Amino acid sequence: MSDPTVADTRRLNSKPQDLTDAYGPPSNFLEIDVYDPQTIGVGRNRFTTYEVRMRTNLPIFKLKDSVVRRRYSDFEWLKNELERDSKIVVPPLPGKALKRQLPFRGDEGIFDESFIEERRVGLEQFINRLAGHPLAQNERCLHMFLQDESIDRNYVPGKV
Amino acid sequence: MSFFSFGQSAEIDIVLKDAETRKRVEHKTEDGKKDKYFLLYDGETVSGNVNVTLKNPGKRLEHQGIKMEFIGQIELYYDRGNHHEFVSLVKDLARPGELTQSQAFDFEFTHVEKPYESYTGQNVKLRYFLRATVSRRLNDISKEMDIVVHTLSTYPELNSSIKMEVGIEDCLHIEFEYNKSKYHLKDVIVGKIYFLLVRLKIRHMEIDIIKRETTGTGPNVYHENDTIAKYEIMDGAPVRGESIPIRLFLAGYEMTPTMRDINKKYSVRYYLNLVLIDEEERRYFKQQEITLWRKGDIVKKSMSHQAAIASQRFKGSSSAEKALAQAQAKEQ
Repeated sequence: MSDPTVADTRRLNSKPQDLTDAYGPPSNFLEIDVYDPQTIGVGRNRFTTYEVRMRTNLPIFKLKDSVVRRRYSDFEWLKNELERDSKIVVPPLPGKALKRQLPFRGDEGIFDESFIEERRVGLEQFINRLAGHPLAQNERCLHMFLQDESIDRNYVPGKV
Repeated sequence: MSFFSFGQSAEIDIVLKDAETRKRVEHKTEDGKKDKYFLLYDGETVSGNVNVTLKNPGKRLEHQGIKMEFIGQIELYYDRGNHHEFVSLVKDLARPGELTQSQAFDFEFTHVEKPYESYTGQNVKLRYFLRATVSRRLNDISKEMDIVVHTLSTYPELNSSIKMEVGIEDCLHIEFEYNKSKYHLKDVIVGKIYFLLVRLKIRHMEIDIIKRETTGTGPNVYHENDTIAKYEIMDGAPVRGESIPIRLFLAGYEMTPTMRDINKKYSVRYYLNLVLIDEEERRYFKQQEITLWRKGDIVKKSMSHQAAIASQRFKGSSSAEKALAQAQAKEQ
């Protein structure tokens, strides 16, 4: 043993990094945009949909680029499915805004522009946080939400 | 009681032999304060003298005997009444009689066994102390003097590195390595983290040292975890093939040696916790136990001679050795 009073603090040996790995594209690319809110329908039966576009290079997702249209209740459905089936703590959704749905309001309630924008931002944060979670990525419902044309509420829940 | 001039009382003062030259160390008290105490090692003789000073110089002090005790005891905070004495030595200094003047008594406990290190923890305390008692019919007069004991070890013969590959399927694979499994209290943890697969957005990585104090047995086991240190080793997002070095100096942290099942009452163990935090504040961690031991100081010849008498062969195998993916025996 060499001089015991001075500790050996030299780095451990490691493999030099492959330059293609060092300068290559990162393998953790995942970006989801929630944008283009459209209010569909008339009168009492109106609702707002948002375009949800996902771009990724994670192999667990079948499509590397997908676009779907979703409404707030679809996001709620996803949250409930995950809370029931997976062990993760699901991030919070932006509020349900029930007060805004009451009559006799001065503004346009849930179709008010600033409210829709607030909600859009909240939904974008929600889905980005969720989709990056390794345990959420194993759930069928997340993949259906992000990449299937429409959500089949009678699907069989399960893991990917 | 001694406000009345009835009867006589006395003050007791315990003085260790070689008190001027003996080393004193800081030790935490139960309320968190630090005090200095004399340091003793296993096998050392404890000797000195007791000064009994009469408060009223004219009067006599009747007593039922004067004795000196050396006690090592474990006290569990939730069970204060029961002190578990694992060392209990008594020396009679004077037979029942009376003192007409202040007097000093010599005492000596030869080669006292002090098998465990002094420890003041969250739920348990192990202490050694000298107690001089002047017994009387109604009330004894006694004085305690705490001393601190350190247990020393030498470089372990077998000290393999800890090397393991861990991760989340298809998401994150890392290989971590720490150069040893047994570190002394002033040692350096040298290691590295090698990223095999990164499909998460990692923001930073840190190493924590966690102390776990376990008290109680059977169904009443209680663990108290305390994070002693948090040390950031990486800031930013790593990619595949990156190797992050670790160099963590232990001397800066207040730690004790690893204590396993002391007198079957408590354990104090240390763990390295490697924590990765991603962009969404999710934490991924891997905990690994390390064994800490106390190295004797290379000070004066007489002290190192004492330490040589007292040092114990390191025993026990760390669970890390069993979990190794690749064992590397290193020459010390």
